[in-house]
Amino acid sequence: MIELRNVSKKYGRDFSLKDVSITFKPGKIYGLLGPNGSGKSTTLKMISGLVYPNKGEIFVDGKLVNRKISRKVAYLTELDMFYDPFTVQHMIDFYATQFPDFEMEKANTLVNDLKLDRSKKIKQLSKGNRGRLKLVLALSRNAPILLLDEPFSGLDPMVRESIVKSLLSYIDFEEQTVIIATHEIDEIEPLLDEVLAIFNGNLIGIQNVETLREEKGVSVLQWFKKIMEENGVYGGEK
Amino acid sequence: MTQEFQTSKPIYMQIAERIFQQIVRGEMASGEKLASVREMAIQTGVNPNTIQRTYSEMERMGIVETRRGQGTFITENKVILTELKIRLQTDIIQSFVKSMKDIGFSKEEIVQGLQDYLNGCDEHD
Repeated sequence: MIELRNVSKKYGRDFSLKDVSITFKPGKIYGLLGPNGSGKSTTLKMISGLVYPNKGEIFVDGKLVNRKISRKVAYLTELDMFYDPFTVQHMIDFYATQFPDFEMEKANTLVNDLKLDRSKKIKQLSKGNRGRLKLVLALSRNAPILLLDEPFSGLDPMVRESIVKSLLSYIDFEEQTVIIATHEIDEIEPLLDEVLAIFNGNLIGIQNVETLREEKGVSVLQWFKKIMEENGVYGGEK
Repeated sequence: MTQEFQTSKPIYMQIAERIFQQIVRGEMASGEKLASVREMAIQTGVNPNTIQRTYSEMERMGIVETRRGQGTFITENKVILTELKIRLQTDIIQSFVKSMKDIGFSKEEIVQGLQDYLNGCDEHD
């Protein structure tokens, strides 16, 4: 369980997040939606203890978040996080030394499923394969919280599909809390339980995906476009 | 992702409808075991909670049964499966008739049109 209580974060004069309160429950997959620069990554970084709020508090399983929360939180960054001279295998071995909950067996299965070449150096990997490796590392941990920042960005449809399948194969869908920050809404909609829209640091909507369809007859993308319009954004951003 | 879904209907219902069609077409037999929730989630690229809801809903309708520790099975109750077949038929006819009426066809014209069409189909076979 993750709780944000009246959280604000500023970078210089600009608000990245403005007085946001949200609760994320175990056993659910959340989609954190918003255009670039809306505060999605900042939210995930704060949950993983990489940056701290200026105001408000964040709790993970009742504990105030600090840097040690990485024991409970597996975080896939949108950035490249690898050491270029490492091979795929080196990277996996290194990761295993950093996190006690890392399961080598799971990593091995995932590497095979996603058809990664263990002996290849990181700098020789394609973008798609770096994306896959990031997922291998994040999913191989038995962490109660899994945060994925733009796991699909820049990847072709085949890679995306293999990532979705691995995700569904390996998450603990009774105990784990999964948050996926993305602006590629359409493709992952069937994967999500709940969606949250943030824009300019404000939480502008929370919905259950199936309730949206059942009660309003709209998809997440349609809902998202509508509330973005209501918030003064017209077209352009997806 | 793996399959496309209509936007206006809940996903759990669309998956149930696909399974119903498989049953009616005979691709899935009565008494047959369904994929586990996770397997089905992976096959369809859909959230496991949504699949769980599909299974619960089908169970509520009596079309599948969950056996403790064994999984979910299609019912062996033939009456229910016959009813399912009739219901799918009724749904299709209803939407066809509604579309025809919407563009101004009478009952007689609908029947006549359908008959002519089906006869035409026979000739082409």
